[in-house]
Amino acid sequence: MPLLEVNNLRVDLPVEAGTLHAVRGIDFHVERGEMLCLVGESGCGKSMTSLALMGLLPRKARLTADRLQFDGIDLTMLSERRRSDLRGARMSMIFQEPMTALNPAYTLGNQLCEGLIRHRGVSRQEARERAIYLLERVGISAAKDRLNQYPHQLSGGLRQRVMIAMALMCEPDLIIADEPTTALDVTIQAQILRLLRELQQEFGTAVIFITHDLGVVARIADRVAVMYAGEVIESAPTPALYANPAHPYTRGLLSCIPAPGKTPPGSRLQAIPGVVPSLVGHVEGCAFRNRCPQAQPTCERTPPLMSLSGDHRARCHYADRPVPAPRPPETIS
Amino acid sequence: MNAQPITEVAESRPLPSDSASVSRAVTPALELCGLSKTFTLGGGLFKRGRTLGAVSNVSLRIPRGQVMGLVGESGCGKSTLAKMLLGLTTPSDGDVLVDGRPVRGADQKALARHIQPIFQDPYSSLNPRKRIAQIVGLPLRVHGIGTPREQAAHVAETLDVVGLPRRAAEQFPGQLSGGQRQRVAIARALVMRPDIVICDEPTSALDVSVQAQILNLLLDLKAEFGLTYLFISHDLAVVEHLVDRVAVMYLGRIVEEGTREQIFGSPRHPYTRALLDSALTPEPGLGVPDIGLGDATPDPSDPPAGCAFHPRCPKAQATCRQQRPRLEDIRGDNARVACHLA
Amino acid sequence: MTTSSVSPTASSASTPGTGLGEISLQPPAWSRVTRRLFGHRGLAIGLIVVGLAILIAIFAPLLAPHDPYHQDIANRMVPPVWHDEGSWEHVLGTDKLGRDTLSRLLFGTRISLTIGLVVALISGVIGTTLGVLAGYFGGRVDAVISYIITTRLAMPVVLVALALASLTGGSLTTVILLLGLLLWDRFAVVSRSVTQQVRDAEYVFAARTLGCSLPYILLREVLPNIAGSLIVVMTLEMAHAILLEATLSFLGMGVQPPLPSWGLMVAEGKAYMFFQPWVIAIPGIALFVLVLAINLLGDGLRDLNAPGGRN
Ligand SMILES: Nc1ncnc2c1ncn2[C@@H]1O[C@H](COP(=O)(O)OP(=O)(O)OP(=O)(O)O)[C@@H](O)[C@H]1O
Ligand SMILES: Nc1ncnc2c1ncn2[C@@H]1O[C@H](COP(=O)(O)OP(=O)(O)OP(=O)(O)O)[C@@H](O)[C@H]1O
Ligand code: SF4
Ligand SMILES: [Mg+2]
Ligand SMILES: [Mg+2]
Repeated sequence: MPLLEVNNLRVDLPVEAGTLHAVRGIDFHVERGEMLCLVGESGCGKSMTSLALMGLLPRKARLTADRLQFDGIDLTMLSERRRSDLRGARMSMIFQEPMTALNPAYTLGNQLCEGLIRHRGVSRQEARERAIYLLERVGISAAKDRLNQYPHQLSGGLRQRVMIAMALMCEPDLIIADEPTTALDVTIQAQILRLLRELQQEFGTAVIFITHDLGVVARIADRVAVMYAGEVIESAPTPALYANPAHPYTRGLLSCIPAPGKTPPGSRLQAIPGVVPSLVGHVEGCAFRNRCPQAQPTCERTPPLMSLSGDHRARCHYADRPVPAPRPPETIS
Repeated sequence: MNAQPITEVAESRPLPSDSASVSRAVTPALELCGLSKTFTLGGGLFKRGRTLGAVSNVSLRIPRGQVMGLVGESGCGKSTLAKMLLGLTTPSDGDVLVDGRPVRGADQKALARHIQPIFQDPYSSLNPRKRIAQIVGLPLRVHGIGTPREQAAHVAETLDVVGLPRRAAEQFPGQLSGGQRQRVAIARALVMRPDIVICDEPTSALDVSVQAQILNLLLDLKAEFGLTYLFISHDLAVVEHLVDRVAVMYLGRIVEEGTREQIFGSPRHPYTRALLDSALTPEPGLGVPDIGLGDATPDPSDPPAGCAFHPRCPKAQATCRQQRPRLEDIRGDNARVACHLA
Repeated sequence: MTTSSVSPTASSASTPGTGLGEISLQPPAWSRVTRRLFGHRGLAIGLIVVGLAILIAIFAPLLAPHDPYHQDIANRMVPPVWHDEGSWEHVLGTDKLGRDTLSRLLFGTRISLTIGLVVALISGVIGTTLGVLAGYFGGRVDAVISYIITTRLAMPVVLVALALASLTGGSLTTVILLLGLLLWDRFAVVSRSVTQQVRDAEYVFAARTLGCSLPYILLREVLPNIAGSLIVVMTLEMAHAILLEATLSFLGMGVQPPLPSWGLMVAEGKAYMFFQPWVIAIPGIALFVLVLAINLLGDGLRDLNAPGGRN
């Protein structure tokens, strides 16, 4: 049984102009010890999905799901109290902006130890020992002194490491990391990703890693789910996705980043023309069809989730067969 | 001709046009000579603060019609450098030469005809209370170029050039998507037909699918108007795709500079190497490389002695800790590097 | 239910989309404005009451049944109409000099609103100028202006106003000038902090690189973007000024008789307040309602102006 199973998860938000369908019926699962990457354009519902899993959605948001099971526990049925226990002890989250997730008024030691003391009932001394061990593991020197420092005394990269250590304190089964490296520069990003991957394999933790950087995904993910306009439009093991992207959006994404050695410098890049549709109100048909280079009249109907080889699925009418009358792909600057 | 102050030349230019004078071929479009900027931190009405050298002694020549990439870690002074070139910050020391003429003392309007910016954040670079036509037409109005009719025509033409529909002219920035806003910002920069465009992370706030559109546009415009770019970015794949030469900055100084092939093909400074190693290309299975840098990110107000990179450098030696390496063209191949071991 | 249209043809990259990546900064369509205005109950009430007050102030000569200054010694202290001895001749009764209370109340609206508006304008100009300069330039300019603001905040407004008014002698003009010169602190504090945010917006950089003049940048790029917050402060200061005027007039240092200032009406009635309580209750209630309405308006505008969630 997978650690996390999500079936037909929907998140609706009332907004001024009607209802915003931020997440529109997504399915995925996460195995124990696996790294699943959620990729997609800004606003496609990545953060809403993670907040839904953590039970941290905005108050006005409405969540429905056919199935939302974590290790056999039905998350939709849980009381807020049990939910909160679960959140601290078995699922934890790493946020994009560590400064907003760390409380500026408490020392790092306090914040690191609090969860462990509350959820596991260990003594303060034991908690401190584990905190020091983990800070050292995430590459922070002089860990003992750091425990008495406040978040603002650390650089962005160090804070993000502290967040990782904090997420690991209770040895959770699942960590959700929402764009943990987007705000950092490349050298620090590489260090943090390496660390996360190592620790994850060492402790056997499952990770849902949210990003929009396909380079990052390629290097760390076991499996990838590509989201577009509130839906998972393709999911596959990483090598399969990069080798045979089945959905036109995935193909577009992969071809619009310049690849050194493949795209000649200074040449035109393939771009995906157009913009993401509004998710307010009812969305009918394939949400990508106004930007899709191979859209057909059929695409006015909502495409089913096609099963391709093995664990590879794509939500496109033409994921497994050629388009009837292929149009040349347009490149619009 | 060369000794003429920049003001008068600019004044004598009529409507923006792509006039190219003969002598221009030799002098670089933009030259920075020993440019430095020091900030004072924490000073008050009566007390003096600490100083922070955000940019130190940067010299750089950007030939006409070329793209110079500028990379380096966050906070190393790239934006400060850009602001000095744009006249937004006065340099503490050093000179900027546009077309071989010093900018210092020239007035902002004259400078604006030669250099224009494209900023990072398309959401804050357009005044939310103004219509697109007003935003793009502002340069023409400020400089009193043409009649209102001519200005409107020129704005419409520029919107065409950047691929925006003409009806966008009547809209407000809030009604446009991020990519469209960035096109507006590009139109505003181009409406004066400048020679040099300073792009400070022009695509880092955009999704990759939109980034490609904007990069294509920048390349087209360069070909069409013979523009010279200074292109600042964190994304090495984008830099490699776009630029002719690259300068790598670390803690306010340029540590390596050369052609694209030199920098990306055979980097010589350990920091450049670390930077290139940490770029994650979309190739599954390679894993995340171990770049072997310590996490001792330096404090810019108290930079390490000797080579500023030595606390993190895997190859550092005794000399590195004591003596600052000079940025030199060691091999005579027109590439400069500041490392004792290069 | 609205159906978002996704056209099957690949639309050009430049279609202004209703995309997700947008933030709602655009001036909303008119219908949306009215919906938001009236969706907010406090704001609607405030708007209606203040609107009525303005109409009353403008048309006071037409609405008032009597001359507000006409003394009718034969009809002193007539109670309002709902009282046993009241009459329709003087709906809200008369005062100790036999002047018609309703007429004085209606004309009094003019005084209160004038004071509120003019004081808010004067203090708005002073405070915004100081605040914008401090916020935009920062550094030493900011240090000096912040010092001035702190000095001003340390002064008790009522006491200072009383002291100055007793030196110069009270009158409508003195009250307006005094309050105008005293009540700018909140404008300065708010405009300073909002300007600090706007100053670093890239559109201000863009204007500066173009060589736009400083007045242009401050008036055309900065001011429109801080105006929303200033309007809110403006309503609050209006209410504040109206109350202070009433206080000063009540203490005899404000508007002088026979002008029908509400504060003065309360003061003139205070000798009768135990046996003819309506003499002070009526102007008191008018004052309360107007100030409450202006505050509701201010609160509502602040909510409207607050940056909403994404999209
Ligand atoms: N508090 C909110 N109220 C209303 N709508 C919201 C709220 N938060 C997010 N949304 C909307 O929900 C949709 C999904 O947002 P979400 O934050 O999940 O996107 P995302 O994929 O995480 O994007 P990004 O890459 O920019 O973080 C978007 O259309 C967004 O505008
Ligand atoms: N106005 C200022 N006052 C004081 N220090 C400043 C100021 N502007 C920038 N700095 C400092 O100067 C250094 C260089 O900043 P700058 O913004 O140029 O970096 P950057 O290379 O553009 O970084 P990023 O990649 O994050 O944009 C930083 O240490 C920054 O904190
Ligand atoms: S369903 Fe049609 S429009 Fe959607 S991605 Fe597939 S081909 Fe394109
Ligand atoms: Mg997000
Ligand atoms: Mg910068």
